Formats: sequence, structure tokens, C-alpha cells
Amino acid sequence: MDFELSEDQVLLQESVTRFVADNYSFEQRRKLVDTDQGYSDKQWSQFAELGWLGMPFAEDVGGYGGTPVETMVVLEEFGKGLVAEPYISTIVLGGGALVHGGTAAQQQELIPQVAEGNLKLALGFAERQSRYNLADVQTKAEKSGVDYVLSGMKSVVFGAPTANKFIVSARTGGAARDEGGISLFLVDADASGVSVRGYPTVDGMRAGEVTLDGVKVGADALMGAEGEGFGALETTIDYAIAATAAEAVGAMSALNDMTLEYIKTREQFGQPIGKFQVLQHRMVDMFIAHEEAKSMAMMAAMRIDDEDPNERRKAASATKVQIAKSARFVGQQAIQLHGGIGMTDEYAAGHYFKRLTMIDRSYGDGDYHLARFGAVS
Amino acid sequence: MHMNFSADELAFEQKVAAFVSENLPADIKDKVDRGIELTREEVRRWMEILGQKGWAATNWDKKDGGPGFTIAEKFLAEDAIFMNGAPKMVHFGTRMVGPVLLAFGTDAQKAKYVPKILTSEEVWCQGYSEPQAGSDLAQLQCSAELDGDEYVVNGTKIWTTSAHCADRMFALVRTSKEARKQEGITCLLIDLKAPGVEIRPIITLDGKHVFNQEFFDNVRVPVSDRIGEEGDGWKIAKFLLGHERSNATYVSMNKRNLRKLKEIMADQRADGERLADDPGFVRKLADLEQDMLATTTMAMRQLAAASADKPVGAEASIMKLRVMDAYKQCHELMMEAGAYYAQPFERGHIRGEANTEWVGPDYLYRMSPDYFESRAMSIAGGSHEIQKDILAKRALGL
Amino acid sequence: MDMTFTPAEQAFRREVQAFVAENLPAPIARKVADGVEMTRDDMSTWMQILAKQGWLATNWEQKDGGPGWSTAQKHIFEEECAAAGAPDIIPFGTRMVGPVLLAFGTPEQKAKYLPGIVSGEMLWCQGYSEPGAGSDLAQLQLSAKLDGDEYVVNGTKIWTTQAHMADMIFVLARTDNSGRKQDGVTCLLIDMKAPGVTVRPIITIDGRHRFNQEFFDDVRVPVADRVGEAGDGWRIAKYLLGHERSNAAGVAGAVRMLKKLRAIAKAERAEGETLMQDQDFRRTLADVETRLEVLRMTAMRNLARASADKPVGAEASVVKLGMAEIRKDISELSMQAGAYYANPFDPKAIREGWGNQQPIGADYIFKLAPDYFEMRARSIAGGSNEIQKNIIAKRTLGL
Repeated sequence: MDFELSEDQVLLQESVTRFVADNYSFEQRRKLVDTDQGYSDKQWSQFAELGWLGMPFAEDVGGYGGTPVETMVVLEEFGKGLVAEPYISTIVLGGGALVHGGTAAQQQELIPQVAEGNLKLALGFAERQSRYNLADVQTKAEKSGVDYVLSGMKSVVFGAPTANKFIVSARTGGAARDEGGISLFLVDADASGVSVRGYPTVDGMRAGEVTLDGVKVGADALMGAEGEGFGALETTIDYAIAATAAEAVGAMSALNDMTLEYIKTREQFGQPIGKFQVLQHRMVDMFIAHEEAKSMAMMAAMRIDDEDPNERRKAASATKVQIAKSARFVGQQAIQLHGGIGMTDEYAAGHYFKRLTMIDRSYGDGDYHLARFGAVS
Repeated sequence: MHMNFSADELAFEQKVAAFVSENLPADIKDKVDRGIELTREEVRRWMEILGQKGWAATNWDKKDGGPGFTIAEKFLAEDAIFMNGAPKMVHFGTRMVGPVLLAFGTDAQKAKYVPKILTSEEVWCQGYSEPQAGSDLAQLQCSAELDGDEYVVNGTKIWTTSAHCADRMFALVRTSKEARKQEGITCLLIDLKAPGVEIRPIITLDGKHVFNQEFFDNVRVPVSDRIGEEGDGWKIAKFLLGHERSNATYVSMNKRNLRKLKEIMADQRADGERLADDPGFVRKLADLEQDMLATTTMAMRQLAAASADKPVGAEASIMKLRVMDAYKQCHELMMEAGAYYAQPFERGHIRGEANTEWVGPDYLYRMSPDYFESRAMSIAGGSHEIQKDILAKRALGL
Repeated sequence: MDMTFTPAEQAFRREVQAFVAENLPAPIARKVADGVEMTRDDMSTWMQILAKQGWLATNWEQKDGGPGWSTAQKHIFEEECAAAGAPDIIPFGTRMVGPVLLAFGTPEQKAKYLPGIVSGEMLWCQGYSEPGAGSDLAQLQLSAKLDGDEYVVNGTKIWTTQAHMADMIFVLARTDNSGRKQDGVTCLLIDMKAPGVTVRPIITIDGRHRFNQEFFDDVRVPVADRVGEAGDGWRIAKYLLGHERSNAAGVAGAVRMLKKLRAIAKAERAEGETLMQDQDFRRTLADVETRLEVLRMTAMRNLARASADKPVGAEASVVKLGMAEIRKDISELSMQAGAYYANPFDPKAIREGWGNQQPIGADYIFKLAPDYFEMRARSIAGGSNEIQKNIIAKRTLGL
């Protein structure tokens, strides 16, 4: 048992902390997310140079052999600055799907490009009717000779506007909501029949509706065996939960810090409002919520690669439930303690609150994962 | 003791409902329904329609120019107006400035301002908070110095709801620094078109423009626009607090939001089933509905007490706490119902300026912004913490 | 970062499991499982069994007569004892008085008291609270006046856990009223059999006897039984506070409660289905389970910090606060599972078991409501939740 970061992990953490301090002051971020693209290409290249883009991938496919703990370290620091680059969509979701579902050839071909920063991915798994159920797939992939023809729409695909390639789930067999019969396909963003309606999300990130209108892909676009993509998809999303949990923990930590600073300096009734016991206890509850979330993000980082899928599911769902509770409480109370200023667009607190709230709208909310946890434990 | 409405009262409710259905402009109704921000022109158009009907001041007696509704009618009118899709508005004129003028104003002031309040010809806002005077209002610094028969006002007010739609502001200003902080405060009526007034919008995290900050730079206000004497401001502000009934409006807002939530639950599906058939979600809805029933009953009790001229003091704080909690909870559930579709956000849509298609069903698009906006409900108008302080002090004697 | 235990630690776990399985007397295990009150004999028996193995003063170093375990070992030991249904030991001797004597005691005091603590033969309790000094402990009034080489003690202590089983009490007494309240407090070790000491049981709303009030009427205590100097009491009390024990037993205890709850939920039926098949119940249960997982993780993080000799202050309060809440919630759910059968109340059965009597309802139900009421006290005793939060606000957040 050891909860400490290794020396290399500490170095990684320091380097991400430095990056966030230099590039993600609130004003810098605000300007960045207000641009059309919403993030910086220069910073993306910098991620590549620093080795963060190749970090979680195995060395034999061009990565650096990092574990989920390294991902946790990076995302926790990212969360402190609300980093807007499409790291989760390309590395955790897209890259994760390649790792868990891709063929050796696909990995060999694509992962080095991802690691070098030349290829951005986005994973389309939600649909208009699916809510959080990954097996609720209506997008169809029909065999046409040796090729497949994809038709359907993928909803709220994170990172879609600037992705070069999509990985989408589509049904090659089975009935509605069957886990069997779901396949994963690689689709070029500029393939004929692909259209993307891009938009910002509430938290300042970017996503899009990806429509597939008779998109023809070759057999080499199929990831793994036909009809057996669900396991890889579910695993990828569980990894994304672990990663996002770390991001949420970082965001909560920053939000708690600024709230604490605020109640120590804001004076009303002749004293700093942090002198009022009611507010002290609220702040303590926020501190506890963050500590609890941190415990679970660490647990997820250590357990998410468990060989037993049920252990992995339990770890992911228990973590997501805690993140939902803690993020909601910390977010809401941070605004409450800040008062009106916290409600304004010009102040950082509200932006952290929004990101935390949208994390609960991703990969299944607290209720969804409570039910899932209950079903697998 | 009974809570039933008579046949006459129910007929009255129908009458109000019919009026709103016929007279609420379709463009405004549509915007309200989709959560798009109203323009100044739209706000004023609807207020004038109500004003011309004589229903802007549902709380006023006949002798003062109001409709002279009974308690039940007041409750039902409010409810019918909202349930038929009218926009949420804070009627500072009829709910706050008007009652203050009736109680403390000179005859000349009444003659000058009350008729235009009743017809909504003039729209009011109120300037209380300042950057350093939030919960601790007595800290306010915006200064008014006497110069002949005018006050010269300098300073700033913040968090002023809908100031950008208003003609005039009811402001608390400091006329003396000598005495106890509360005693140096005076009420002035300020013309927002006067030279030296600047209104700066505050965009909140939901992307909307509701709040404003105003800057006063040597703004001249005639002494005749002072309410009461110099130093009466705190007393008048407290009178208003005891007169606070605008929270009851939120009972009707809540009811309308609940209706919307149920529509969403009937339409949104999870695993092929309607959310309305999902036991977990239904339980949350039941919890919320039960809360709302309690606040509705409480609102009726308070309305009855106020109409019988019994003081509504600490109970108003209970109302504020519970009704705003329900308001927030309802918006949170609507956002939850949206799942991934709670995420897309284009500011232009919320402000009615975009020409792109909505992403996902149009009713989901506004749910996150509405949720973030609702977060302010336990802060604005006396935070939850302050309401609990008031209860501890006034109701419990702590 | 790594959450697994080393092979040596896993072997140690098996050793503890085997030892408890072989040595925990069946009647005691039965009582724990049924939630029946322990007698002094039960407690002594089990504590002495552990002591013979050298496993009673688990937190002591080898040079002091303890096993000199690593933090992981302590954690494993507590987890396994609780999982096997062993009763919680009376902790005041080994966890509180012992460490205080090791740090502040004279060689004579150590020689006199430590052997009895390590062997489990001498049972201790601690007298802190008084009727007028609860959360605000500095208000304490129990007076100790010097008369030759003895203190004469007068006053009362209240909420003393297991005083009715104890041989000795460690008290905070007031020796000086003149200065700052905290400065006039002194630690004394008092023999419970000394003339002038009376113990009055306090039966709590759950029908159990756990707490007591003690009255001291001209009780004479030799100066040799004062720990530290006169006026050192507050400093020593704070030292004890910083000497938090691991929360592993608490977590394991809650796991055991949860296991029981699951069994009940599988047995109780509503609408022809078991409670376990009821979606709402399962959701609530899942909520408790995830929270417990959170606490377990946080406790393990604390443990890792303690092993690395980093201070565990506020973080321990986090677990303590969470444990109090979760045990309350599990006991409340268990009570709810009983429906109407949560109503019957037989204090004798709760303290001694049903004996030959026919249980009312299923045999596990009768104690569920009392357990719930008992757990209600967990957020008050040992520093109320409010006081715990004050501590975090002050020490960690600097408010």
C-alpha cells in the first residue's frame, strides 16, 4: 500500500503545474475559450513536446507507458486551471478506444500520430435517445461488399469540431439496447457523408452533433471483431470517468482555495465573513467534500485497470457518484459564499462551477452510477 | 378554516386566464417558453398591457387605484397570469415603490408617480447593494450632498435587477456619516436619464443580462424627490422588508416550472422508457411536488395574514428560503433530465440573437443556463444565511 | 501509488484471521453478532486473550512492550478483528493513558501502571466531561485541593464510557481557579475503589448501559498519581487529541453493519418481494456503500500519511465525521427495514439476549431501533460534529 507519487510522477506534476500557472490564469483562459476554436494549437504542440499526448500509451506503439495514475496527475492539474485543450476527447476517449478496442495495425498507425500532436480524435457514443446508456445505439453500419455504410447521428461528441478522425459506435447486429451487435468504426472527419454541427458547451469547451449520412468505410475501419465493440467502449468510458474525476478534484481544489481566500478577506458587519461560524462549517464541509472526492479519484486511478470488469465498473461508478455529490456541493456553496460576485461571468468561481456541473452531465450522472454500482456490487 | 375557492373565485381565475391568453403577445410568450432573454421593449410592452387592464398592481386597494382584489383573488390572479405564460418580472413599481409612496410620500409625489406606476408607463428599479455593502447593507456609501434644493449624488449601486429596462430608481443613499450608520441613510427617487448616470450590464454565468451596476457622477436630484425626511431611509427599507410579498410570485413560477418539468419527463426517454416512468426520477419529482405544496399553503397563509393587516415578518424569511430552494431544485431536475443535451451552449440563443438551429430539443437548450441563474436565488434579495439570521433573531429571540 | 498489501502483510492478515477464529470465545462472538451488551467479564476475557498474544497494546512500540507493528499491520489487525465479530476493546488503557504515561509519566508511574495496561488486567476509563463542561471542556470544575501529599477531590464527571467496568479513571481536575481557565487543569489517576467514589449508571434511550456519572466526595489521591505538573492537564489533553487512533475499526465495524443490513434486506419482504429487490431500497443501499468506500479510501490515505510520519490532523476528523454519519444511516436503514417490528422494545433482551424467551418478530429486528438511537449519539460523543468542524476550520483552513 502506497499513496505517494513516484519521483517521476512528482516531476510530471510539477511540469503540468508550471504549465497551468504560466498559461491558464483566469483572464488567459477566458480569452482562449472565447476564440472560435476555443483552445490553442500552440499549447497542443507543447503538450506533444512535453510527452503528455503519448503518456498513457504503451511504448511499443509510440507512447510512454504511463498508467492511469499519470493521467490522474495531469488531469488534476488541468482541472485547477480548467484547461480547454481537447485532451480528454483525443487522448482519454479517442486514444482509450484505440487502446481497448483497436487492432494492432490501427494502434501502430494512429497512436504515434496522436502522440506527436498531428491527429485529433473524438469518440461518438451518445445518441439523441441514449442518455447515458452506451448500449442504446441506433446508428447503423450495414455491410456492403467488403465495406460498411454508416448512417445515424452521434450526439454531443466532445472535441468534434476540430477532430481529424471520429470513432463511433454503430449497430452491426442485435436489437435496440443489446450490448452485442455494437461495433466501433474509425471515420475520417472529411469523409463523404460526415457532417459536424459544432458548438460551445456550457463550460466553455467544444462539442458537436456528428451526422453520418451513408458514410462508406472499408473493413480496415472496423475496430476489433464485428459486433463486439461494447466491452471496449464501456472500458474506455470507465477510464474517462477516472480521468474526469481527477479533473473535477483539481477544479474543486482551486474553487475551494479561492472561496477560502474570499471569505478571509471579504468584510461585512465589521469583520471578515469567514469569522462567522455558519460559514466556517460550510467551508469545512466543502473541504471534506474535496478530500472525499480526492480519495475516490486516487482509488479510481489505482483500480480502473483491474482485470476483473466488475471491479473496474464498481470503481468507476463509486467514484462517479462521489464526484457528483462533491462537485455539486462544492460548486453550489462556492457561489453561495461568494455572493453576487460569484454569479458573474467576469469572475472565475462561476466557470469552475459550470465545468463541475457539466462533468456530472457526462458519462452518466450520480443517479445513473448509483444504480450501476448497486447492480454490480 | 378552509382552503377552497368558491365558484365565483374560480370563475375569476378563468377570467384572468382568458385575458392573458388573449393579450399576451405571441412573440413574448414564445420567448418566455424558450427561456430567451426579453428586450427592454418587450418587458415594457407586457407591463403596459397589464397596467392598462388595471392588473399591474394586483396587491393594491381600490382607494389607491388598484383593483381591490380579495385575498383569494390576489392569489388566483398572480397564479393565472404566470400559468398562462407571462414573463417573470419584478414589479418594483407596484410592489415596492408604490407602497412606500402611499405610506411615506407627499401628495405631490403621489400625484406625480403613482398613476404612471399603475399603468406601467414608468418602470422602476431599486438600488440597494453596493460593492462593499451586500448582506451588510448599512455599509452603503453612495453619497448625496445637499446643494440648494438639489442633492448631488456620487457613487455606485450594484446587482440592480433590470435597471436597463427602467426609467427610475428608488435608491438608498448616504446623506450623513456622522451618526450611527443606519441613521445617515436617505431614500431618493432618481431619474435614470439624468446627466451623470451610467448603467453598465453585468453578465451572469448563465450568459444573461439581468443585473447591472450604475455609476452616479454628480447626478442632481431635486429635494422634492426625497421620500420622508433625511435619515428615514433605513426605516423605510425595513417597512419594505415587512411588506415583502414578491416571493409569493415564485410559488406560481414554481408551479409553472413544475409543469414544464413534467412535460420534459413525458418526452425524454431513458432505455426506451419515459423519464416519467423512471421510479428514481419520479421519486425526486414527488419530493419536489410535496415541497411545493407546502410552500403554496404557506404562501396562502401569509397572504391571508397580510390582508388581515397582521405583520408578515419572520415568516417572509421562511417563505424566501423554501420557495427559492424549490425553485433551484426544479431547475436542477430539468437540467438533469437533459443528460448530454444540457451541455450545448451558444450565448446568442439565450439572448435571442442567433440564427442557427437549436441543438437537441429546444426545451432542453435553456435548462443549464436556467439552472445557473437559479443559483442566485439563495443570494439575491437577502441571502439564505441572512434570512436564517433574521429568523434566529426575530422568530426565536436568539 | 499502489493500493495492494505486500505478501508479508497478506500473510499477517491470515495470521490474525486464524488467531481470532481460534481464540475468540463463541459466546462473546454470539453476543457481538446479536448486539447484546458485553459484561466486564466478557471484555476482560477477550482483552486478556489478546494480551497473552502480545496484541493488546497494538499501537505501542516494541521497546515499550508493544508488538511494534507498522501502520499497515495495525490497520489490518483492526479490520480483521472487526470483520470476525470481535468486540471493540476498551481503549482507554492502551490508547490513551498508556501513551500519556509513556510521554509524561515518572519512572514510578510507568512501573506501577504500564504492566497492568499491557496485560489487560487493569481496565481504565477517562473522565473529561462534566454537567457544565461539554463541548466547552475548559469550564470543568472537578476540584482537587492539595492537602499534604494528597489531593482531595470533589465534584462529578459525566458521560464516562464504561466507568462501571473500570478499575482506574484518568481525570482532568481543576487545581487552580485564578488564571486562565485552561492553565488550572491537572491530570490525576484515581482508583475507582477509593472511598468517596460512586458510579451512577446512565441508561441511554436505546436501553443500554454504556455511560456513567461519577461522584467524588473527598476522594484522596496521592500526589504521586498526578501526571505531569499541576496545570499541565490541558497540554496533555491536547496531546491525546493529536494521538488519534486509526479509523480502521470504525470502517470495518460499518462494513459489518452493512453486511447485516444486506442480510436483513434479503429476508424482509414488501409487496411479495424482498426489500433487496426493491429499486428504491437498493439505490439507498448503494448510496451508503459508495460512501463507505469513500471513507475507507480516505482512512487508507490517512494511514499512508501516518506511516510516512506526516501529520494526520484534520484528515482524521474527516473520517470521524463521515463514520458517525454513515453508522447512523446504516442503523436507520436497518430500522426502516423492520417496519412495524421496529416498535417492540425489551430492554432486558437488549442487554442480555432473549435467553429462553421467544423473540418478538424475527430475532434480528428487536435491536434495530435501539441501535439507531445509540448511533444518534455518535455525532455527539468524543467531540461533537460541530466541534470537529471547528477544529478543521481553525487548524486546516486557518479561519
